[in-house]
Amino acid sequence: MYFPISHTQIHPAYLVVIGFLIGLLGGFFGVGGSFIAGPALRAIGMDWNFAVGTDLAHIVGKSVVAAKRHRALGNVDLRLGLIMAVGTIAGAEVGAQLIEAFKRAGNVNLVVSVVSIVIYVSISGFMICETWATLAAARRRKRAGQSRRTSGKADESAFTHMTEAIHRWRIPPMITLPESGITISLWLIMLVAFVGGLFSGFLGGGAGYIRMPSMVYILGMPTHLAVGTDLFEIIISASYGTFTHAIKGNVDILIALVMNTGAAIGAQLGAISTQYFTGPKIRLAFVPLPLIGAAIVIYTLVTGHKL
Amino acid sequence: MNPRSKTAIRKTLRAFVIELLIYAALVTIYFFAVLHFLGGWLVQLETRHIHTYALVAIALIIGQAAVLEAVTTWLMRLLRGGRSE
Repeated sequence: MYFPISHTQIHPAYLVVIGFLIGLLGGFFGVGGSFIAGPALRAIGMDWNFAVGTDLAHIVGKSVVAAKRHRALGNVDLRLGLIMAVGTIAGAEVGAQLIEAFKRAGNVNLVVSVVSIVIYVSISGFMICETWATLAAARRRKRAGQSRRTSGKADESAFTHMTEAIHRWRIPPMITLPESGITISLWLIMLVAFVGGLFSGFLGGGAGYIRMPSMVYILGMPTHLAVGTDLFEIIISASYGTFTHAIKGNVDILIALVMNTGAAIGAQLGAISTQYFTGPKIRLAFVPLPLIGAAIVIYTLVTGHKL
Repeated sequence: MNPRSKTAIRKTLRAFVIELLIYAALVTIYFFAVLHFLGGWLVQLETRHIHTYALVAIALIIGQAAVLEAVTTWLMRLLRGGRSE
């Protein structure tokens, strides 16, 4: 099928399948999935600028479906999502400016590649240590007959002490978020959102691989709520990204609409599946995602071919 | 696995396959409708009024997502006897 805006010939079934896979991951983990969509669109000959812009538009649609489903399951903190959107947009703008500065200095590719590899590997390494320790502690309690919680949404972390230490940082104004069950400094929320936005603008995509773990470990949210709220926040920040890319002529909305038909089913299934897993298990399953991102960057760095 | 669980899984899988078939048919019709009716207009808009195109693009993707979510939820309810998850 010929798509006249980006002048690309793509079979719609390919777009639907890619959309489905990204929707599934997005619904389950609360990530945008650009580390799959970007290379998948590039692989069929789409220009890099169109791949980035069109992927953002598709992320908006997929996140609407997944966030609506998570909202129905009680997994979205709307108030927190709206506050975070402000910090994310500001961070994304700073990230984009940083990219321009490194472009002028002539070393943008090396800097972005090295930073992203370090970030991706660090997140995966930290999460595997934390979830391993959490699941081991749960097993020990179970053996001792002291099972703490039985609910599917029950959440626990071996790094709760770290979260508690961060929460002692009580710089006003303090915000109470009843849905997430936390009272926290507004500045801490803005910091998490800003850093997520910064990496989104700097490395591309929705940066859910940074935001979702940050919401769990720094803000102290249950994993299910972090996934749902991240998706809601992505709707706003990715809409902003779509607009800025569209006015630069980088969005083929027809391709995004076709991808979104597959993503709608995938996102629903992904969101529903979270009910059957506890927080630590969702986080453990999340670990390979940043590593896939790191592998793609290493491949690009070594071969010189941008996926 | 006990026979009751096996039957439940078989029922869920059957419902999912039927959902996919109905959904695939709806989506195929939708592709041709969208590309036929909107394709030309969107290309014109993108070349002549880029800011309007940007806003229309966001409205279209959000609108489509809301409709698709409603359709998939309705299909799940229909085929699973009132349950959507």
